Amino acid sequence: MRDPVPSGDEGAMPTGAADAAAPVTGLGVFRHRLRRFCRSVPGAVGLSIIVFWVAAALLAPLIAPFSPTEINLQALANPTPSLTHWLGTDHIGRDVLSRILWGARTVLTVAPIAVVGATLVGTMVGLTTGYFGGWYDLFMMRCADIVLSFPMIILYMIVIVMFGASALNIILVISVTKAPIIARIVRGITLDLREREYVVAAKLRGESALFIMFVEVLPNARGPLIVEMCLRMGFTTVMIGILGFLGIGLPPPHPDWGSMVKDTYGLIFSWPHMALFPCAAISSLVIGFNLMALGLREYRLHG
Amino acid sequence: MADARAASEPILSIRDLSVSFRVAGRELNVITNQDLDVGPGEAVGLVGESGSGKTTLALATMGFLGPTGRSRGRILLEGGDLATMSERELRAIRGRRVAMIYQDPMSSLNPLMTIGAQLMEVPIIHAGVGRNAAHELALGILGEVDLPDPGWLMARYPHQLSGGQQQRVVIAMALIARPALLIMDEPTTALDVTVEAGVLNLVKALRQRHGMAILFISHNLRTVAQVCDRVAVMYAGEIVEEGPIRTVFKGPRHPYTIGLFDCLPTVGWRKDTAPLRPIPGQAPPPMERAPACRFSNRCKHAVPELCTRDPIPMRVVEGATKHRVKCARLDDLPSRRRVETDEGPEASEVAGAARLDASQPVLRLRGVDKRYSQERGLFARISRTVTAMRAVDLDVRRSATLAIVGESGSGKSTLARVVCGLALADAGSIELDGAEIGGVGLDRRSAAMKRQLQMVFQNPDSTLNPSHSVGYALERTVRRLENVPREAARERVRHMLEIVRLPADHGGRYPDQLSGGQKQRVAIARSLAGNPEIIIADEPVSALDVSVQAAIINLLNELQDQYATTLIFISHDLSVVRYLADSVAVMYLGRIVEFGPAESVFRPPFHPYTEALLSAVPSLTPDAGSRRIVLDDTPTGSGAPHRGCPFAPRCTRKIGAVCDSEPPPRRDFEEAHYLTCHIPSRDLGGP
Repeated sequence: MRDPVPSGDEGAMPTGAADAAAPVTGLGVFRHRLRRFCRSVPGAVGLSIIVFWVAAALLAPLIAPFSPTEINLQALANPTPSLTHWLGTDHIGRDVLSRILWGARTVLTVAPIAVVGATLVGTMVGLTTGYFGGWYDLFMMRCADIVLSFPMIILYMIVIVMFGASALNIILVISVTKAPIIARIVRGITLDLREREYVVAAKLRGESALFIMFVEVLPNARGPLIVEMCLRMGFTTVMIGILGFLGIGLPPPHPDWGSMVKDTYGLIFSWPHMALFPCAAISSLVIGFNLMALGLREYRLHG
Repeated sequence: MADARAASEPILSIRDLSVSFRVAGRELNVITNQDLDVGPGEAVGLVGESGSGKTTLALATMGFLGPTGRSRGRILLEGGDLATMSERELRAIRGRRVAMIYQDPMSSLNPLMTIGAQLMEVPIIHAGVGRNAAHELALGILGEVDLPDPGWLMARYPHQLSGGQQQRVVIAMALIARPALLIMDEPTTALDVTVEAGVLNLVKALRQRHGMAILFISHNLRTVAQVCDRVAVMYAGEIVEEGPIRTVFKGPRHPYTIGLFDCLPTVGWRKDTAPLRPIPGQAPPPMERAPACRFSNRCKHAVPELCTRDPIPMRVVEGATKHRVKCARLDDLPSRRRVETDEGPEASEVAGAARLDASQPVLRLRGVDKRYSQERGLFARISRTVTAMRAVDLDVRRSATLAIVGESGSGKSTLARVVCGLALADAGSIELDGAEIGGVGLDRRSAAMKRQLQMVFQNPDSTLNPSHSVGYALERTVRRLENVPREAARERVRHMLEIVRLPADHGGRYPDQLSGGQKQRVAIARSLAGNPEIIIADEPVSALDVSVQAAIINLLNELQDQYATTLIFISHDLSVVRYLADSVAVMYLGRIVEFGPAESVFRPPFHPYTEALLSAVPSLTPDAGSRRIVLDDTPTGSGAPHRGCPFAPRCTRKIGAVCDSEPPPRRDFEEAHYLTCHIPSRDLGGP
């Protein structure tokens, strides 16, 4: 194709082939992107693990063979895995498989909400500090340093001992402690993007600071931001496990992977399955999130 | 060169070379079946636009194609075939027999090592020389690349040097092992024109001294004309024309080469009389290349069967044995190139002057100062003040083009920022149509005021927001500036795309689906959205290939004619400025040292700085560089208060102590042309 106008410098697009292949409908776009994402092996593996756990959490009431809180004292005679209890029972005769399936619900509600909370707070702080700079930036970043320099576990313990262990408190405390990390990333991107010529063009047409931050800058930060959120999900999963293990997670008898390990690790030499299966659940989910983050990064770089 | 046989045999001989890269599971043939020779002591220029494969060819020669690249064919370096060598043998050759110099000197220098340590490393590692001997060698080589005070330099770190000095150090590093072949990939593209002139002179001098062979890669025909004996023009992965530089530059035969020359604004051409002739279309990506002549879809001489069916061989031009061209119509097409003349003012320049006389100043700057303070850390009390603009007076005439020229750091972009309200002036007044805007920041300017001043930027890749479609960006601009309903804004967007010659469906595209030239067109459309009084274009064509550059320049001119917009054109490229400016302001370290109508500024009397700038523009005629004035590397003294002439430390015509101690007087000539210099008008070539 040639430019019809003689002084034109260009005609058809160099990437025309790729464009033509791109589907237009919503579902088509999704499928196309999914296929491209799955070209990355780690990404595909991570995504499968996460889809597995999400399905487990959603379907727990339907597929869990027992109630997660039902105590079966008979099973204590032989708590090891069997045909009735596929993953065995714990020290008071509760079905481990059912508790793990139900436990996935806990992790997969608390972690995403906490991470979204952290991202909201972090993005606000990051955008404003990066865009305005000056004393406000200096002050907020030192606050972030203070939060980050505080030993997290101690902070959790203080908050939870003061306000009690509840899902909301865990979410709040994780949001606040993870926000500075997100804020630093967003701030860094904003510092770079605010000098771009398109931002100057936006200023020249009289856009407000709010518009520039949210419409000109933020959309271009979404790539790294999504990767970072995915990584944070992994960390948060670990954190929830640790809290449970320390006995300051969700109050019993909620099935929680961390507290499952805490309750049974003393028996690890006689009945290792009681602690090891929940441990495996935690690790697989963390690995899933990390691989997914890796895949997203590759997708972004080659996309 | 005692061995006669060795003297006749080429240092580098590339035979039937093809290079391909695996991209997303596909094999992309970037270069196909190319031959190229570089003889001993010969400098061969490899010219082409971005994406033509010139850098790939060089990297293949060094054996640096990376994990996805593959080369076939033979590359003989001093008779040895690189393809058959092991990685260890290759390492022994790289740096010692063949060295490469890249565009950005900083990427070749280790920021953590002193210059001396980096230079000494080469002989110590490659030749097993002792430390003391290496030190001597390094000192000697620094002197050889004309760097002052080598002993002092040895202890410096790369960031403490200027760009020109860094590039000289890189050249020194390449030379220290005395390679037989030096590959230079756009070595002067990142440098200021005055610095470039010095580096080109150095390359020429080194060739004469050491008889080294050079493969000089550049997109710039002018620099190639200055250094090379032979030139090869690349297009879409193949060499389309090759020959002795004088023959090719005097009588190019391939339509693409002719097209390249036609895109260059040449001395004596003016926008009113000689529109540039851009090459239509754009270079095809590797997977879409035409089977026979790859240029055929852009060539106005293309004949369907002849040019598109069979592969076209390289053929020798009749009467010139070394001039070879790959064109099926070589025999029926005459050589044609518009020639560079050095004669007085054209009729059009007079027309330009008329335009200046007829119009009133739309923008008036008086005594504008702008300082930036650099604070060093949070607790440091010491802050350094950099003067970006000092006492700038400027009148911008309505509907005319004012060019602002100067090296980097001269304050050109600061001027644009201050006028647009992106930065506030520290002193002085700026009047736009009689209204004071100097002290009014952008956030305090009314929509009407904002509408009057818009900008076009340099970098096509950051001028548009990658997250927004073209249509959204334009519509948003129209609605912000004009306050019209959505439907009317959409209509206007369609109209704007038409004005900048983009198809209407491009409104739905995102910047990553556009080429550089198309992005710049959208940016121009955006700047026109509110029918501005003044458009400030900050290096709008510097990042574009020559053929695209020509189209954008033409577009800017047409739009100005059509809408009577005032254009402030900021540029370091004097050949472009000469082509389109009606008046010119030359800036040096924040001060305007010369101002006047274009035809007066480009003619004596000159300010010594203007004279140096002009002489630094490489001529398109090979061997025409004898009367160049080469300046010392960098502008200095922006920090310290300096009472005298800012240019005095670098001036080649300094007349004495008065230059350092007294501010230079303003000297006026006819037609509102003035300059500030201590040299009496008479000696500057004036009346």
